[in-house]
Amino acid sequence: MTSEFAVELRDVVKRFITPEGNEMAAVDHVTMQIKNGEFFSMLGSSGCGKTTSLRMVAGFEWPTEGEVYIEGKAMGHTPPFQRKVNTVFQSYALFQHMTVFQNLAFGLEMEGAKEAEIKKRVGRALEMVQLTGMDRRKPKQLSGGQQQRVALARALVKTPDVLLLDEPLGALDLKLRKEMQLELKALQQQLGITFIYVTHDQEEALTMSDRIAVMSKGKIQQLGTPVEVYERPSNKFVADFIGESNFLEGKIKSISGNEASVFVPGLNAEVTGTPISEGLVKGEEVTICIRPEKIHIADREAVQQNMFRASVTNTVYIGVDTKVFVDAHGVKLKVWEQNRISRLDPKSFYTVGQEVWLMLMPENTLVLKKD
Amino acid sequence: MLQRLRENKSAQGTLLALPTTVWLFVLLIIPLILTLIVSFGRRSPDGDVIYTFTFDNYIRLFGYSTDCPEGQAACFDPLYVNILGRSLSLAFNTTVLVISLAYPLAYFIARAHPKKRNLYLFMVLIPLWTNFVIRVYAWMMLLRKEGAINIILGWVMNALNIPFTPLEMLYTPGAVLVGMVYEFLPFMILPIYTSLEKIETSLYEAAADLGANSIKTFLRVTLPLSMPGVVAGTILVFIPVMGTFIVSDILGGRQVILVGNLIQRQFLDARDPTFGSAASLILMIMTLIVTYFYTRKFGFGEEIVVA
Repeated sequence: MTSEFAVELRDVVKRFITPEGNEMAAVDHVTMQIKNGEFFSMLGSSGCGKTTSLRMVAGFEWPTEGEVYIEGKAMGHTPPFQRKVNTVFQSYALFQHMTVFQNLAFGLEMEGAKEAEIKKRVGRALEMVQLTGMDRRKPKQLSGGQQQRVALARALVKTPDVLLLDEPLGALDLKLRKEMQLELKALQQQLGITFIYVTHDQEEALTMSDRIAVMSKGKIQQLGTPVEVYERPSNKFVADFIGESNFLEGKIKSISGNEASVFVPGLNAEVTGTPISEGLVKGEEVTICIRPEKIHIADREAVQQNMFRASVTNTVYIGVDTKVFVDAHGVKLKVWEQNRISRLDPKSFYTVGQEVWLMLMPENTLVLKKD
Repeated sequence: MLQRLRENKSAQGTLLALPTTVWLFVLLIIPLILTLIVSFGRRSPDGDVIYTFTFDNYIRLFGYSTDCPEGQAACFDPLYVNILGRSLSLAFNTTVLVISLAYPLAYFIARAHPKKRNLYLFMVLIPLWTNFVIRVYAWMMLLRKEGAINIILGWVMNALNIPFTPLEMLYTPGAVLVGMVYEFLPFMILPIYTSLEKIETSLYEAAADLGANSIKTFLRVTLPLSMPGVVAGTILVFIPVMGTFIVSDILGGRQVILVGNLIQRQFLDARDPTFGSAASLILMIMTLIVTYFYTRKFGFGEEIVVA
């Protein structure tokens, strides 16, 4: 490994011509550096440019502008078969006319590996994904989960420096997907290979990644660790896309290093929060973001700042949490309360119309630039 | 009654298969049995069938002749064996040539922009709107001594000051081959296109991703996955070419006689339905044998339908 970064995208732009004949930037000036041995995710909804970015690393697409570097080397128009990366495709893209063994051997034969070596490496790869003994089956004779493992093994058997995964778990059912998430993460740590993982599933990205690039409209909205992305979303889009958020509109009344006082007309009150965006100034219109699980419900006012009166409009019990919907002077907020106590007693629920006090901790109340 | 039918799946199946079964029985099985019976008969001097049980027609077909020089009682006459062999080799050559022309074209169409694909397929199908016989006659106009090809060649040679005598192209085996290839090309293009078009782009990408260049991708992925189309096309081309007589009749004249022509002439000119029937059955058996061995090796191309 000669370079600090396994993969680097420098100011990459990819433009397509739409069927209507318009030009559209699927990837719009994206720069990111993916470290060696890192589990890196690109997260976003469809059309955000995450898959196109991945395909440019694989070599299936070439950037219109900018450059992709793999192990410090500029890739230019290097075709996929000359890049030391391998891909696990969303559709698996298994060769249906070949057995599992032949599917895995394909990539090794292309390298010119000897038969004995192929046998050994294929055997090891199948063991790694727990498919030993399945080598003679055709892909169609396998379950979806097994096919997914074959696709994974087929890429891993080549011992790439970087493994690219394009929504590899998308077709699996929820339970299997959760199992595979942990398994993939364990495999990545065990092998020490760089994984670049594309997904639209925020929970999946949070579960597995060392770092996440949240993307939208071809641009990176935020790049950071799961904790950073969730606890300190850099803008409203990220706060809204990852997890759930309450948003309040207001105007900064006073601001010092790590505290801002914002007047929220909806609440007719001042809210103290933590400034997140750079360069916020007094008098600026801002958006306040607070996670539903970070709002505390109290039944009486404590002598504290950031307490607001509200009335309960609805409660929904979902097992692990109770979702409480409240109305504070016409501002609708959602509050998730963890069910740490048994709710068997109906009296333990809030009743509709019940008056409560909401408590916001300033360090969880994020002041963001207005979009 | 209807209620009972609704519950009885096997009765439903029988009912659905009934029309086709009746159709095939009346128009295929019965005529085949009649042909078989007639082929064992003998021709009466005025062209009727005398129903007996003799293998004479088959013996004659395989070269036994009583019409021999120098007073021999019997000898080997290769006439009909040659016709059978010629039909077989022509069908083989046609199929090989059609595959080698159709595959690249089908590949081109399958890889073309989806919007243009329909146009190309439409262009492949346009000739089929014209009657089969008329299309063969069109080739006659092109190939004959005073035909379009010779006229154009004449102009070119004249301009280049090269002496030119019109080529004799019509009524040659080459002309028949060209006609056959032309007639049956669409029947190979369409199934190959269908199987190529079904191959997901991600499979090409996966092959490239695993280190295969375009030649290796073609040989290891594209070709094997499109074989069902080639097989289906081969069956659609080989069998009719074995039996057709119009192309060889018009473009081959009296020079290129195939089994099809032989059968036609036995029924219409020679008025010997017994010998014609025997030739028909031999043609069918030959075709079945070839198809049997071919499909045993490559399958029926059924993946095209199933996958």
